Amino acid sequence: MALFIVRRLIGLVVVLFAITVLTFLIFFATPGVDPTRSLAGRNPTPETVAAVRHQFGLDRSKPEQYVLMMKRLFISRDLVSYGNQALKVVPAITAAAPVTFSLVIGAAVIWILLSILTGVLAVVLKGSIWDPLLMIVALIGISMPVFWLGEVANLVTQDRLHDTFLFSWVPPLGYTPLTENPWQWFLHLIIPWLTLAALYVGFYARVLRANLLDVANEDFVRTARAKGLSERRILTRHMLRTSMITFVSLFGLDFAVLVGGGALLTEVVFGLPGVGLLTYRSLQSLDLPVIMATVIYGAFFITIANAVVDILYARLDPRIRPT
Amino acid sequence: MSAFGEPLVEVEDLVTHFPIREGLLGRQVAAVHAVDGVTFSVGEGETLGLVGESGCGKSTLGRTIVRLLAPTSGDVRFQGRSIARLRARELRPLRREMQMVFQDPYASLNPRKRIGSIIAAPMKIHGVADARERRRRVQELLDVVGLSPEHYNRYPHEFSGGQRQRIGVARALALRPKLVVADEPVSALDVSIQSQMLNLLEDLQEEFQLTYIFIAHDLGVVRHVSDRIAVIYLGKLVELSPAAELYERPIMPYTEALLSAVPIPDPDLSDQRERIVLQGDVPSPIDPPSGCRFHPRCRYRTDVCSAVEPPLVDYGGGHLAACHHPLGVDDETLARVRRAAPVTDAASRASP
Amino acid sequence: MTAAPPPPLLEVRDLKVSFNTEDGVVRAVDGVSFTLGQGEVLGIVGESGSGKSVTMMSVLRLINDPNAVFEGEVLYKGRNVMDLPEDRMREVRGGEIAMIFQDPMTSLNPVYRVADQIMEAILTHQAIGKAAARTRAVDLLRQVGISQPERRADDFPHQFSGGMRQRAMIAMALANDPDILIADEPTTALDVTIQAQILDLIARLKDEFSSAVVLITHDLGVVAGIADRIGVMYAGRLVEFGGKRDLFYDPQHPYTWGLLGSIPRLDRPKQDRLHSIAGMPPSLIDPPAGCRFRPRCPHAFDRCETEPALEVRGGGARHLDRCWLDPESKRALRDRTMRGESAAA
Repeated sequence: MALFIVRRLIGLVVVLFAITVLTFLIFFATPGVDPTRSLAGRNPTPETVAAVRHQFGLDRSKPEQYVLMMKRLFISRDLVSYGNQALKVVPAITAAAPVTFSLVIGAAVIWILLSILTGVLAVVLKGSIWDPLLMIVALIGISMPVFWLGEVANLVTQDRLHDTFLFSWVPPLGYTPLTENPWQWFLHLIIPWLTLAALYVGFYARVLRANLLDVANEDFVRTARAKGLSERRILTRHMLRTSMITFVSLFGLDFAVLVGGGALLTEVVFGLPGVGLLTYRSLQSLDLPVIMATVIYGAFFITIANAVVDILYARLDPRIRPT
Repeated sequence: MSAFGEPLVEVEDLVTHFPIREGLLGRQVAAVHAVDGVTFSVGEGETLGLVGESGCGKSTLGRTIVRLLAPTSGDVRFQGRSIARLRARELRPLRREMQMVFQDPYASLNPRKRIGSIIAAPMKIHGVADARERRRRVQELLDVVGLSPEHYNRYPHEFSGGQRQRIGVARALALRPKLVVADEPVSALDVSIQSQMLNLLEDLQEEFQLTYIFIAHDLGVVRHVSDRIAVIYLGKLVELSPAAELYERPIMPYTEALLSAVPIPDPDLSDQRERIVLQGDVPSPIDPPSGCRFHPRCRYRTDVCSAVEPPLVDYGGGHLAACHHPLGVDDETLARVRRAAPVTDAASRASP
Repeated sequence: MTAAPPPPLLEVRDLKVSFNTEDGVVRAVDGVSFTLGQGEVLGIVGESGSGKSVTMMSVLRLINDPNAVFEGEVLYKGRNVMDLPEDRMREVRGGEIAMIFQDPMTSLNPVYRVADQIMEAILTHQAIGKAAARTRAVDLLRQVGISQPERRADDFPHQFSGGMRQRAMIAMALANDPDILIADEPTTALDVTIQAQILDLIARLKDEFSSAVVLITHDLGVVAGIADRIGVMYAGRLVEFGGKRDLFYDPQHPYTWGLLGSIPRLDRPKQDRLHSIAGMPPSLIDPPAGCRFRPRCPHAFDRCETEPALEVRGGGARHLDRCWLDPESKRALRDRTMRGESAAA
C-alpha cells in the first residue's frame, strides 16, 4: 500500500509538471500570442508596453517565465489574472471549487441512483416492452447535448412555464452557497443537477445493463441458482456486485473529469460560478494565468481520482492488487 | 525402438524462466521456473511424447523449441544448428521447418478470416507460390486432412471442434515442415473425434515424413502415438523411455502415480488395480521444492530426496529416470548404474 | 428379495427438452427415461451434444431460456418437479438435490470468500445462526480434504487451486445433506492425478452423506470405477442403459462399442490403429429418421429405418438398448469392432 501511494505521488508530480509545461508552451510560446496587448490597455505607448512587459516578467526567457509563474502559483500564491489585475488567481479557484463540487456531487448522486435503478429494471423486465423502451430513453439522454438541454430547461423553467405552479419556485440563474442558505442552494442546483445527470444516467444504465446480462451467463451465477438462492438475491449479491466493478471504475473517471472543470458547459448555461465557468471566461480572454491554474486544478483532481478508483477497484475485486 | 534418423531436434540444459517483477523499478524478485534444465533429442521421423500435468512446463518447452519463446539459457539445435540465440530475422526461414498445432480449436483460428485464407497465410508470408498455386495447395491440404475442398470460403465458426482442429493441422502442414509440435491437439475433442484425429495424425506423419513432438496430459493418447515418452514434472525431465517400456516398467514414482491415476474402462481391472492417490496439489513453479521436486508428494521419499536432486541415469535400453529410489530396479543394477557416470548430454541425446 | 423394492428416489419419464431457435427446433433431449434409487451411483455417458447436461439441468429446472420447451415428467420422491411452484423448487435446489459443474475455476464467485459462499448455501436452507453455519462450513472443508480449513475458509477462490476449488464446490453441494448429488463433468477440467483424488472423494462422501450420485461424463473410464448403473446417451436419447458390468463386458449398442473401442487403453497392448466412429454427431434440429446412429453405424441394415425403442433385448434383465441387431450377431460384430477390425474412419 505504501508503495502504491509513493508511486502515485511521484506520478502526480510528473503529470503536473508535464501538463504545466505543455500548457505554458501552448499559450505562451505560440507565435502570435502576445498577452502584452490585452494587459497594456488601449493604445499603449511604447513605454507603457515596455513597463508592462517588465512588470509581468514577459521580457525574460521562457524557462524563467515558467519558473516565475510556478512560483507565483504555488509558493507565494499571488499570481494575478491578466484580465483583472485585482483578481488573485489562487483564491479565485478556491472560491469557485465549492460550486463545482456542489454541482458535480449532487448530479453524481442522482445519476448513480437512477442509472442503477434503470439498468436493473431493464434486466428484470427483459423480454417485455419495457426493456427496449428504457434503453431508448437512455439513448435519448445520451444524445442530448448538455448545453442544449440546459438552455431548453432554462427556457421552460425561467421563461415559458415560470409563472405556473410547476416552476415558479425556480430561482434566477446563479448560485447560493450551502452555508448561506441551504434551501436556496438546493433550488438553484436542482435543475442543473438533473440536466447534467441526464447524459450520464443514459450511459451508465446501458453499461450496467450490458454488464448484468454478461454476468448472467457466468458459471458462478449458475452455481448460485443451483444452490437455491432467490432470483432477487442472485441479482443483488452476485450479479450486481460483480458488475459494480466496471461501473465504479467508469464512474471514477467521469467524476474526476467533471470535478476538474469538465462541467463547463453546464456551469455556463446555468450561470454557476464554478471552475468551469472560470475556465470558460479565461479562455475567451486568453487570461493565461487563470488558464494555467484551472488546468493544474483539473490535472490534480484527475490524478487523485484515478488513484482512488484504483484503490476502490482493488477493494471490489480481490484478485487485483493496486499498483 | 527402431533406429530413427539423425537427431532433428536437440535440447540441451534448456531453461526458460518467466521473471516476476515487483517494486518501484520493476526489479525481478522471483521467477516462474517453467523449464528448468531439460536435455533430450528427437530423431527424424520419430514421435516424442511429452507428458505431464498442468504447470509442469511441457507447453513452455514446446514453444521454446519452436522459438515462440526465447530460452533463458541452454541450447536448442535444429538439424545441428543452434537456434536458441537467433534473432527474429534469422529465425524466419527456419519457421518453415518447424510448426505448431495448438490445443484450443476454438481460439486458435482467427474468426474473421476464411479458412482458405488461414491455411494459405503461411505460404503468403514466406512468399511461396502465387495466388493460384496457393489456392490449389490449400485445397489439396483440405483434402488431405479429410475436409472438403469446397469449404475453402467458409468461416471457422461454421465448423465443429474436430473439424477446426483439422484446419489447424492443415495450416501447420502448409509449408511442409519437418517438425510439428502438437500442443495437446486432441484434449478438447470428444472421444470419438479424438480417435479420428489421432489416426489422421499418424497417416500424415507417414505421408509427409514428419517428426512429432506430441504434448499431452492423457497417458493413453500419448502411448498410442509416441515412440518415446518424456515425463516432465515442474520443469524437469524425470523419466524418458521407449513408449511400451514406460507403461510396463515405470521407474520414477511420479510416473507410477500418473499411470495409476488414469481411469481404465474396465470395472474389474479398475477395482483390482492398486490406486495410488497422490496427496496435495502440484506445487508452484515459482518456488519449487528442494532436492527431488516430487519428494513432497512421493510415498517412497527419504531424507536424501529432499536434500539432493537426483541425476538423470540410464537404466539400459534407452530408459532414463531421475530418482533416488527407482522402482523395480534390483540392487545390483542400481549399484551398477550408480557407479557409472550420471547421464551426460551425450547419453540422453543418443537416439535409441 | 421378497420385499417390494423401495420407490425410486428420482424417476425421469420421457423427458423432452427442445429449444426454439432461428434455425429451427433443437431437440436437445428427445425422450429420456430412467430411475435413480437411494444411495445409487448413476453414470450418464455421452459426448458433446448428446443432451446429458441438459437432462440433469432440467431435473433441477436450471434452464432459464425462454425458448425452452419441456415435456414429460421428473418425479422426485413421487412429486413431479415440473409442476412445482418456483419457491418450492428453490427449496429442492441445493437443499435436497445439489449440482456441481465442470469448470471449478469459474464456478465460484470471485469476489466473495469461500466460507461465505458455503455459508450462503447453508443459510438458504437451514435455520441456524451465522456462527453455526461458519462452523459447519469449516467442517465441510475439512471433510473434503482441504488442509488448514479454518484459515483457508477465509481465502478467496483465486487463492485455491483447481482441485481445491472443486473440493470446495463439493463441500458446498453437500452442505445441506442432499439426497442426490449431480456432478456434471466434475473432473474434465482437472489433471489426471487430481481427477483421481476427486473421484475418490465423491466415492467416499456418498457413503458418509448417504447421497445418490448422478455422474455425467464423456469418459467411460471415470464411471468404470464408481458407477452402479450407466446410461449412454446419443443425440438426445439413451441408447443403452444397464448395470456397470453389463455395459462394459456385454455392451449391446454399436455406439457403445465405438466409444469403448476409441479409447486408447493402457491395460491392453497398443493397437495399430484406433477404432473410430465415422462421421459426426447428427444435427439436433433435423434428426435423421429411424435410428439416430444409423448414418455412422457400420452395421446398419434395413430394419434400422425404424427407430428402435429402448428395451431389454438380449443383454439380460435390466439391460436396455436401442438396436435391432439380434443378440448373436451383436456379439460377433462387437468383438470385431472393439478389436479394431471393423470398418473405421
